Amino acid sequence: MNIEIKNGRVIDPKNGVDRNTSLFIADGKIAALDDAPAGFVAEQIIDATGCVVCPGLIDLGARLNSIEAELAAAVAGGVTSVVVPPDADPPLDEPELADRLVHRAKEIAKARVLPLGALTLGLKGERLAELAGLKKAGCVAFSQANVPMIDTEALLRAMEYAATFGFAVWLQPQDYWLSRNGIAHEGEVASRLGLAGIPVAAESIAIATIVQLVRETGCRVHLTRLSSADGVALVKAASDEGLPVTCDIGVHHLLLTDNDIGYFNPHARFSPPLRTESDRQALSTAAASGLAAICSDHTPVGADEKLLPFGEAKAGATGLEVLLPLTLKWAEAAGVALPAALARITSAPAEVLGLQRGQLAVGAAADVCVFDPAAIWQLTPEALKSRGKNSPWTGYLLNGKVRKTLVGGRAVYTG
Amino acid sequence: MNNPQLNTNGELTHLMSIEGLPQAIITQILDTAASFMEVSARDVKKVPLLRGKSVFNLFFENSTRTRTTFEIAAKRLSADVINLDINKSSASKGETLLDTIDNLCAMHANLFVVRHASSGAPYLIAEHLQRIGRDDVHVVNAGDGRHAHPTQGLLDMYTIRHYKKGFTQLRVAIVGDILHSRVARSDIHALTTLGVPEVRAIGPETLLPKHLDKLGVHVFHDMDEGLKDCDVIIMLRLQNERMTGALLPSAGEYFRHYGLTPQKLALAKADAIVMHPGPMNRGVEIHSAVADGPQAVILPQVTFGIAVRMAVMSIVAGN
Repeated sequence: MNIEIKNGRVIDPKNGVDRNTSLFIADGKIAALDDAPAGFVAEQIIDATGCVVCPGLIDLGARLNSIEAELAAAVAGGVTSVVVPPDADPPLDEPELADRLVHRAKEIAKARVLPLGALTLGLKGERLAELAGLKKAGCVAFSQANVPMIDTEALLRAMEYAATFGFAVWLQPQDYWLSRNGIAHEGEVASRLGLAGIPVAAESIAIATIVQLVRETGCRVHLTRLSSADGVALVKAASDEGLPVTCDIGVHHLLLTDNDIGYFNPHARFSPPLRTESDRQALSTAAASGLAAICSDHTPVGADEKLLPFGEAKAGATGLEVLLPLTLKWAEAAGVALPAALARITSAPAEVLGLQRGQLAVGAAADVCVFDPAAIWQLTPEALKSRGKNSPWTGYLLNGKVRKTLVGGRAVYTG
Repeated sequence: MNNPQLNTNGELTHLMSIEGLPQAIITQILDTAASFMEVSARDVKKVPLLRGKSVFNLFFENSTRTRTTFEIAAKRLSADVINLDINKSSASKGETLLDTIDNLCAMHANLFVVRHASSGAPYLIAEHLQRIGRDDVHVVNAGDGRHAHPTQGLLDMYTIRHYKKGFTQLRVAIVGDILHSRVARSDIHALTTLGVPEVRAIGPETLLPKHLDKLGVHVFHDMDEGLKDCDVIIMLRLQNERMTGALLPSAGEYFRHYGLTPQKLALAKADAIVMHPGPMNRGVEIHSAVADGPQAVILPQVTFGIAVRMAVMSIVAGN
């Protein structure tokens, strides 16, 4: 179908576009910008007056507990590609499981699903999963989700093996021993509330180990969900050294600190934990400077699993439908211009994945998000399509509402 | 952020933590407790303040001593007391904490005394009561994880006031496993709120929480130095399981460095008092000669504890 999106502010961070103009879509691809290609007859016109037209968001981490609802939530949040960590039940450690997930996502035909295969069987950190088989079934990289690798030799071998085939390994840097008993950042707040602490060293030690193994193996590594200033500094040093290391930050960590735990608010429990204001500032700088991509770390948790004392409540928050508004909120607070902010959730994740997505270049797949940056909505359980209603922002007013989401030139959401 | 233990009039409706309590409320509790001391000395040890009210002792974690003192206190206020040992009942059948609370509310509970292994559990209950519109049901924290044991903190303050007649000239040392101690946290908040000019924490780095200085505490690793010229010494219980990890090498080495012996006690002021929340490990954190000596006020603490718990329950149920 030929679609014209007109009167919008087209922002394509990757190609330096930011102007009020028209976008033309044909055969599921971007056909032209500004002027219609020869012979183009629009079958559908989308009036984007007052809206931003940008590449569909790419979320580097979203758990899809109930795939149909969560993929509907994705497109409602303007997310057109979702990277799914392998810590499902059962863990995604066999090609058939990846096959099934990819197939199911195609049937649902909302957002694109990019599965991460389990690096080790059952995420146990012992025996390697069939990486090549998983790759063939559609896995884009290999990961332990947020399960730490205890055995450093197993990690070294896994990285060597992945490097053999040119596969990327995604790791959430967290030392097992220093994090296994903790439930909050080891600092003033945890001391006051009597919560077992997870020191920053849990992250920095893991990063130091991983970076050294990258030097040894040449394996391409993406570090997920950084939480600390020390962690950011180590990744920056590795990146400056020219090592193939990238990283991302969960959007909640750009806005919240351990102080937000308040009186034991279980919605402020995250893995890795929220840390201090100076950590938050370092994360914000890392995102603003382009060192880190931003992701939702979408983790739907049932109400019963949050209505528990802080230390027993499950970690994580719903994210797919708040990734865009929270990124806008962060950008405004951090003084980051809109195109640069959108780059962190479009072109930057595409680069991490090595995909030609997250842009509106002619010939690229027409994954497009049209949103009204000034629209205000209240986050309530009813406002979310996701089954995960768990959010520290429940009741808050958020800026930025998605009006239209296209995947491959097909409208999959209208708001 | 609202302080969830105060009602809209700023009165105490739950007791969850000493932190955030105004000095006036702490003083009110101590004064009320003083008036109840006389009740315990009577032949008929009862006042009718909670007559017709139901107090549920909800102990999700074992405790004989604390539960007993709460039970005695509630009975002296003429309340009906129901003891629930949750380890052995609902929780093992999969019922959630809040389901248990809903059920007990349906049985017309007026006050919950809660002991729970997870820090913050009483807050969850208080928030839930507010959500379901039961402002008439009150929560008293009888110890949550490592977080707080406010009635113990208050009875410690009562004890200090009884022997030292005030707080503003004192040097108080808390010795031992502060990291895992809810008593220590409650004592620290109470002492700083009441204007104690110098609160000291003494222990090895492995048993001290990070950033203790932010709570207004001076940290000492050397016990001799830390005890010097102290007016009050609060010893903490060292649990045996602390020796299984890498926190401490042995009970013997701990006692040599942080056990309170008569020699170490001599470094404090001559009229210093020695307190302990119990149960004591003789020969681990405290020498018997000190525990049974003239400066120990450990048994009076237990007696004062009943009056303090009567005061807390009568005040929250009255608001």
